Amino acid sequence: MKFLKNILGGVEKKFFAKGKVFAPFHPVFDAIDTFLYTPGERTAGTCHVRDCNDFKRMMITVMYALIPCIVMGMYNVGLQANRLMELNGIEQASGWHGAILNWLNAYFPMLNLFGASVWNIIGCTLHGAVYFIPLYLVSFFVGIAWEALFSMIHHEQIHEGFFVTGLIFPLTLPPSTPLWQVAIAISFGVVIGKEIFGGTGRNFLNPALVARAFLFFAYAGQISGDKVWTTVDGVSKATPLAIATNPSFTEGGVAGLQKAGYGMFDCFIGTIPGSFGETSTLACLIGMVFLLFVGVASWRIVVSAFVGGMGLATFFWLLGSNTNAAFALGPFWHVVMGGFAFGMIFMASDPVTAALTKPGQYIYGLLIGALVIVIRVLNPAYPEGTMLVILFGNCCAPLIDWFVVQANIKRRLRRTAESTLN
Amino acid sequence: MDSKLKKILLEPIFNNNPVVIQVLGICSALAVTTRLQTAVTMCLAVTFVTALSNVGVSLVRKIIPGSIRMIVEMTIIAALVIMVDQFIKAFSYNLSKELSVFVGLIITNCIVMGRTEAFAIKNNVVESAIDGLGNGLGYSVLLLVVAFVRELFGFGTLFGYTVLSTVNQGGWYVPNGLLVLSPGAFFLIGFFIWGLKTWKSNLITDE
Repeated sequence: MKFLKNILGGVEKKFFAKGKVFAPFHPVFDAIDTFLYTPGERTAGTCHVRDCNDFKRMMITVMYALIPCIVMGMYNVGLQANRLMELNGIEQASGWHGAILNWLNAYFPMLNLFGASVWNIIGCTLHGAVYFIPLYLVSFFVGIAWEALFSMIHHEQIHEGFFVTGLIFPLTLPPSTPLWQVAIAISFGVVIGKEIFGGTGRNFLNPALVARAFLFFAYAGQISGDKVWTTVDGVSKATPLAIATNPSFTEGGVAGLQKAGYGMFDCFIGTIPGSFGETSTLACLIGMVFLLFVGVASWRIVVSAFVGGMGLATFFWLLGSNTNAAFALGPFWHVVMGGFAFGMIFMASDPVTAALTKPGQYIYGLLIGALVIVIRVLNPAYPEGTMLVILFGNCCAPLIDWFVVQANIKRRLRRTAESTLN
Repeated sequence: MDSKLKKILLEPIFNNNPVVIQVLGICSALAVTTRLQTAVTMCLAVTFVTALSNVGVSLVRKIIPGSIRMIVEMTIIAALVIMVDQFIKAFSYNLSKELSVFVGLIITNCIVMGRTEAFAIKNNVVESAIDGLGNGLGYSVLLLVVAFVRELFGFGTLFGYTVLSTVNQGGWYVPNGLLVLSPGAFFLIGFFIWGLKTWKSNLITDE
């Protein structure tokens, strides 16, 4: 291992040090160097050691927490595709993804890529991986290129924050989003959502959600909430959430879900049509347990978001409605469908963009959780509100923090006034 | 043209652009820039109104009492805007439909009022005319750039002629819906300011 370290040191001195040929590219070299080895620099001057966790480890922890969502997402996309193929009697997949799949299937028939059974775990996961991996690679490399460019201009190190953004963003997408759209959207997310505010740690919006919001408004036809793309040509299927939030009593609500054959267990496990990461509530919850256990995500935000969302859903459920079938969806339906769980666990709790003060985190979580249900139930134009609600919450977070801080100052002023009186 | 007049004319185009530096007239820059045709009409109308209202105000600047100067300015501007509005209605009815209230709203366009109040009220007629023209051109530069990008990438056309054939017409281009919405124009104006301040770093002001 010493050998590699020596090579890196030599390369740095020869090419990337100040005044050498590739000096402007030093951030890129630095990223590779610190990825392989712990940097030798120490903080100068007085410092406050809280624990041995650093930014890189925190980001890697979030990536570990996303693994269940990735695996379940790939499995489910493959499963949905295989079911649709079986239903429509299609034997060969289409498009360039299809070309890869057909080739794999011809040479490795034992993988059973096109088997539509729930237990065909390996086949379905590999089928989904053919869709997920290109999305991820494009999202990662285009985003990191922007990150590197801005680091070079600002003479800074490349921050690890993008590793999570680049992974979360493809997880929020329907499986066959065109790769060029992914590239444009992640560019927008990284540049507008983060870099123009000063880079990692200074953004007030979640860059992955900015990227998704860009796609949502720019190419609404391909990503709109009520119909997601499925991987089979020309077939689009309404997501359970779109059915459930339909105000009609025969087509929407719980009756509509039953009619379409979606049970709560399917929605919980995640064998329903939808974007990669959001379908499986189970996988999100596993990620949540891990994140809360290691203390990377704020439990105050996650818990209060669930309380806010489920509380309001229960209120609507008890209230009932004669005109809107979506009122009758209980709190559990709302949690298992759509992006609620994924958004609340992995995005609302993003430490950079969420509220920082402890009371502020409760308010922030309650606000986001409750607003998602308001949009789902009361606004027929949008079946899902998680993305825009979290962005809205991000905008409110500094304001919430400000009020909390002001209240604290007032309280302490009063206390000092009292103590001097006594 | 002597250098002072030249400066008055050219300064507002980039260095003191009414929209991106003075941040005036943003509302119409969002509203009329989805297509180039409406943007061009709007540019001509605003340039006409700013130039002539500056002339008008400058002519009477010595005889209006300070206390009612704004009302007098408004009257002159309103008269010019009504002329423009009637002209467009008479010669290009469809276009006036598309521009709807925005021609009438030139009266409230901060650039027009701002220039009469800031410049014409204390300068001579020729300089005021040039200043109005310059600010109209500054407004036009931004509007045309924004409208060009929005129409080209939002609809795939320029002045209504197909440049990028869209998917709906059987072509290859997928129109970008964000640019058609008003926030799209906000982002473009932001990019314009970014570009301008990178190009001319002396425009960067401290926070």
